[in-house]
Formats: sequence, C-alpha cells, structure tokens
Amino acid sequence: MLSRVARRIYWMARYIERTENIARLVNTYHFLLLDMPRGTRIGWDVLPIITGGYDLFSERYQRHDERNTVKFLLADDSNPGSLLNSITSARENCRTSREVLPGQTWEQINELLLYASAHVGDALPRRGRFKFLTQIIHHCQQITGLLSGTMSHDHAYDFIRIGRNLERADMTTRVVDVGAMSMQGADDSDNIDVHVWTSMLKTLNAYQMYRKDIQLGVNRADVVSYLLQNDYLPRSVVHCLDRVEECLGDLPLQKETLKPVRDTRHRVDRIKPEKLDAEKLHQQIDQLQTGISAIHDQIRKTWFG
Amino acid sequence: MTIDWKNYDPGEFYDELISTPGYARAPARNLASWLRSLSYEELQVRKLDAELAIIDKGVTFTVYSDGENIDRAWPFDIIPRIMPIREWRVIEAGLKQRLQALNLFIDDLYHDQNIISDGIVPESLIAQSRGFRKECIGISPAHGVWAHICGSDLVRDSDGTIYVLEDNLRVPSGVSYMIENREVTKRVLPELFENNNILPVDDYPEQLLKMLQSIAPGRRKQPEVVVLTPGIYNSAYFEHAFLARSMGAELVEGADLVVEKDDCVYMKTIQGLARVDVIYRRIDDLYLDPEAFLPESEIGVPGLMRAWRKGNVALANAPGCGVADDKVVYTYVPDIIRYYLDAEPLLPNVPTYRCNDKQQREHVMENIESMVVKPANESGGYGMLVGPQSTAKECETFRRLISKDPRNYVGQPALKLSTAPTLCDQTLEPRHLDLRPFILQGKDTYVTAGGLTRVAMNKGSLVVNSSQGGGSKDTWVVDNEG
Repeated sequence: MLSRVARRIYWMARYIERTENIARLVNTYHFLLLDMPRGTRIGWDVLPIITGGYDLFSERYQRHDERNTVKFLLADDSNPGSLLNSITSARENCRTSREVLPGQTWEQINELLLYASAHVGDALPRRGRFKFLTQIIHHCQQITGLLSGTMSHDHAYDFIRIGRNLERADMTTRVVDVGAMSMQGADDSDNIDVHVWTSMLKTLNAYQMYRKDIQLGVNRADVVSYLLQNDYLPRSVVHCLDRVEECLGDLPLQKETLKPVRDTRHRVDRIKPEKLDAEKLHQQIDQLQTGISAIHDQIRKTWFG
Repeated sequence: MTIDWKNYDPGEFYDELISTPGYARAPARNLASWLRSLSYEELQVRKLDAELAIIDKGVTFTVYSDGENIDRAWPFDIIPRIMPIREWRVIEAGLKQRLQALNLFIDDLYHDQNIISDGIVPESLIAQSRGFRKECIGISPAHGVWAHICGSDLVRDSDGTIYVLEDNLRVPSGVSYMIENREVTKRVLPELFENNNILPVDDYPEQLLKMLQSIAPGRRKQPEVVVLTPGIYNSAYFEHAFLARSMGAELVEGADLVVEKDDCVYMKTIQGLARVDVIYRRIDDLYLDPEAFLPESEIGVPGLMRAWRKGNVALANAPGCGVADDKVVYTYVPDIIRYYLDAEPLLPNVPTYRCNDKQQREHVMENIESMVVKPANESGGYGMLVGPQSTAKECETFRRLISKDPRNYVGQPALKLSTAPTLCDQTLEPRHLDLRPFILQGKDTYVTAGGLTRVAMNKGSLVVNSSQGGGSKDTWVVDNEG
C-alpha cells in the first residue's frame, strides 16, 4: 500500500471523527449552559480553549459570547479546526484516495459538505442548533458505518481505524479537561458538579452506559475514571488506545509505534481520579495529550513517507 | 410508435448500419430488426437504464469549467456501431503495420537517422519538431519499441474508404470507456448478444499488463508495474484509476516515486521503499522529470530520465516518442511504411497538405473554406479550423496564422464523415462518428477488437471530442459469417 494513500485515508478518518466531535461538543455545551444557574463562572470561551484555538479566537473576536464562539467553532473559514473546514479536509483526503474506498464514501462526504454549508447558518441562533448538529452527527455515523460494513478490513481500513481512534481519544481527554476547568476553584459540594459531569458523559454519548455500568451517582472521580479507563466504553481513552494497538498488530514495521501507544496506555492506568484536584487532573490530561501526539508523530514517521 | 427505417436517411453520407433507407447492412440486420420490434418508449427506458448504469459504475470524465474541475457522467448512446469482421481484419493488420513502422522510424531518429540520409524525410522536419528530445539520442528501449500504446483515429469518407486521421502516440486515452461501454451495453441490451457473435473487448487490461511486463528490464519473475498519473485534476483520471485497478497495479503520483543513489526507481509504501520496474506514465514528456525537462514540474519524478537511460526502469510510452505524433510527420507515414517494411500501406492517410511547402500552402490558402486546418502539435480538437463550418473571418484568421508559422499547420480536405443511427430526442437520427482503436506493441503486437467510437451528438457537427459535446457508442466487430 502506498504511503500517500495511507496518509490520506488516516486523515480522512480523523477529520470525519473531528467533525462529529465538534458537533457533540457544541451540542452538549449548549444544553449544559441552559442548566447552569445565572452568573456561573464558566462561559462559552471554554470551547475554543479545549479545541486548541483560543489564541486565534481572541485575535478574531473581541466579544467572547455565545454567537461568536459558535460561529468560530462551526463556520469560521479562518479557523482550521472549524466544523466546515474539517469536513472540507475530509472531502479532499477522500477525493484523492477514492480508489481504495467504497464508492459511496465519496458521495456521502459530498452530501455532508453540501448539507453543512447550506445549513450552518441555522446553528448560530439557539433555535436551529440542535437540529443541525444532530444531522451532522448522523451523517458522520453513517460514513463510519459504511466503511465498517462495506470496506475490506485490510491495511487501508487499519489506517482508518487508527485515525478515528486517535482523534476520539484526543477528544475524550479534551472533554474531561472541560470538566476539570469548569470545576477549578469551585466547591466540591457544589451542585454544579453533577450538571457538569452529566454533560460530559452526554457529550460522549456515555450517559446511559454509565448509568448501566456504574450504579453510583454521577460524581467527578467515577466519571473521570469511566471516560479515561473503562475497557468497554467505545470513547474511553483506554478503549481507543487498545483499538489502535490492535490495528498496529496487522501492520508492517509497527514496533516503534507500539511503544508510545503502550506508554500512554500505562499512563492512563496509573491515574487515580479520586486523588486529583482540578488542577492536577488538568496536568494529567495535558500529559495524555502529549502522549497521543507522540503516537501520531511516530505513525507519520513510520508510514507516511 | 416504432422505428421506421424508411424515414432514416443519412443523405450523402456513408452510414455504418443502413445502406439505403429501409435496408440495413448485413452485419447490422439483426440489430435493425430487433430495434424495429421495440417501441420508441421502450428504447427510452433502455436509454435511462444505461444512464443509471453509468452513474452507478461511476464512469466519469473531468472537465475544467468556471475555475473548477467537474466530474461529468460519460456520454453514451445505446445504439452500437457495427463493423463486419472481414473489414476489421484488414484494419487490424493495417494498424499493426503502421505502429511497427512508426517504432522503427522513432528508433532510427534517435540512432543513425538513415531515413534522413536516404532522403525520405527532410532533416528540417526533425529539427523543428516539438516532440523530438535530444535527451533520448542513443537510447535503446527493449525490443526497439518506443511507442507501446497507440490510439489511432479512423474515419470513413462518403465512398466507404477508411482513412487514418491521426496517430496518438503520447498519452492516448479512451480505452477504459471502450470497456465500460461494452459493460453497459451488456446490461441494457442483453438480448442482442444471443444472436450476434460479437468479439469481446474486455481482455485489454490483461494484454496491457502482459505488454508492460514484456518490456521490464532485468529478470524479475513478477516485475512491478505502476500507472503514473498527474492526479485527480487530470481529465483522464478516471481512466488512470480504472487501468491500475484492472491490472492490479498501483496508481502512483510523482511524489510517490523516488530515484535513489543507485539510479533505480522506488515507490514509497507502508512497507518502505519498493522497487519499480515498469511505469505506464500518463504524464507528458516535459513534466516527467524536473531534472531533465521543466524544472517547475511538480507532478514529475526527479531523476526518472537518469534511471530510464541507465535501463533500470522501462517507461511506456518512452520519452521522445511524440516525435512521430506530429501532424507533419503524419504526412510521411506512407513513405515511412514503404521505407522500413518494404510494403504498401494497408490503410490510407487522409490526403494532407503541408503548409511549410510553398505549393501545398498555396493550395490550403486558396481552398481553406473546404478544408480542415490543424496545428501540428495539438490534440483534443483544439486550435483547429473546420472550413465548411466557419465564417469568412475565422478563415482569414487561420490564413494569417499559417503565414506566420507554416511549419505548424497542415490542411486536409474536409471529409464527409460517416454516420450511424443515434438515439436523439424524437427518434433515431444519423450522427457523424469516428473510431479510435488501441494498438499495443512490446514483445508482441495487439489491437483491440474495434475501439472507442466517438459520436458528435449535435446535428451536422463533426467534432467528436467529449470535452466539446461528443458522445460515444459501443463498437461491435461482428462475426456472423462462420
């Protein structure tokens, strides 16, 4: 398999996953803020911070209000990580590697872009936001399902799964980070705690599963442990890392890449959420993100020529 | 309403299926009577089926328009064009003869140039050719073959004679559409394959692979063959992907290949570097290698010419073979055949006037209204004048162009291109067409059974290029005799 093709479909998978994640993030945050008591400290600009675009955001916008934040995350051309730009990047990567993908992939990504460009304006006011974001999530899931159900599960598919799972693990760490940041300086007994962590679970579609698996109430330590360390939750960090490791097993020259995957996995295992305050949790998350980008770097060096 | 062949009248043109109104030519009789059994509505349903099949299969070509590249569905007419096998065998032999002679000619030009010292072609012809590459002098590709894949355009005049209009030796395209057209016809007109013995066309990828393997340097049992594409923005990208897929070869872009210190070519794979033996390149000479040709080329492979000259990789077609794909050289092909093969050409050229010759130029200037004037080095139907369909002003413009650069123009009498019944809005109507068979030469020589028939969909039009409103037809070589 050509290095170029591996690189392109890896990125295609990452961008599709990223699109879905941005949609989830904005959606949940929207509902979280509706539940928050007036005058709560956390505001919309938390989102550019966790998606890593805060400097650009500050540069572009004076007012860090809801409308500007949502616009920046979904529609802003100058933000390389915006939802629209992620879909465009997914489409470009698909376009240049169509010969290894099922034919419908191209059509569905095109449809996704057409829908998103035509309707992104609806998501700026609160009223149309939920519908738009839900549609985006559905489209992304459809593409993921198409690939899983119709593409030969060969090396090309390994690269798709690796891209998807790395992106997913990365987003989960960011979501936990939002939780940590919302809690900074807050009193633990504060009732806000439950709202925040319930939202974080919902962002990752994990609320119902959490309820089923963990019969205790929603509290920070358990939720953090669930999102980082649960073996069965498809969006938990260890689950994603294990899938990456599984795919690496099929690939040639995988030895150098297995190392950062296992290192990061051990680092997650060692985290004891119940012993961390908000600040320490934030530091741990930072290190996990460094680990994930080390995995990416090694993949790039090994296979993308 | 059903088809009434009596109302189908090709007029002064030779029609491929109908000899006189109401009468089909022998190999087309089954088709004509079957078509008569269908209502016009039924035909329209088949046409829709074909359009759906083409969309389903993703058969597209890319056009550049409004600053964007758009994939368009391949235009296809469901009524096949039919050729009797006896006539086809002569054409086939003529095409093989032509390509063999052209390859001897190219090889001679890059070695001793005997054909020039013997006075058959003038030296100035080579000196002024845009396809001649001095970098190729003295190189000896395997089997002495430079042009491995050739697409020759054939047309039929009103008296029934088939002429060779031009030989495309650089990067001829269209063969994938020939194969897809047949696939579509089998889906939408399956009944016709029972009563007609139609030669299959789908062995082309196999033959192409065999030919490409036959020119591999060295003795590797399984030589690595790749298809080199300029990328998705190229109008023939669909074909590049199609051929790579059907040969089981990698489809590579310039950046996927690298020439190492050992002057061998490698492709970058997830296993590391893998040696490449044969490159079927769909990139023009000048973009192939920025070290040897245009330094600004971003689609080429630095060092590729070095590797090729050392014999470490085979390129198909070989660089420099475009010297014979030149409309002035074309006028000498009959002499070239006589010179190298000591035989009479089996297929005639269209009578062609060279504008660098004073007498011939004057003939073109005086008769420009009834001639077709073509630039020597263009393809795709660009930059040409069809006299009978042009205004006085356009003719005048071409007179000026010719006087400015006579070497770059040739003139031909406008042929009365043959027609075939084509499904139009209301009924079947005659439309003009040509035929592009594909010829392969490596260790052996092979010709496709038929080729790609291109048809001008607009009434009276002679322009068959898909970029300019042309469509296509499935081409049947029918053996109903034995």
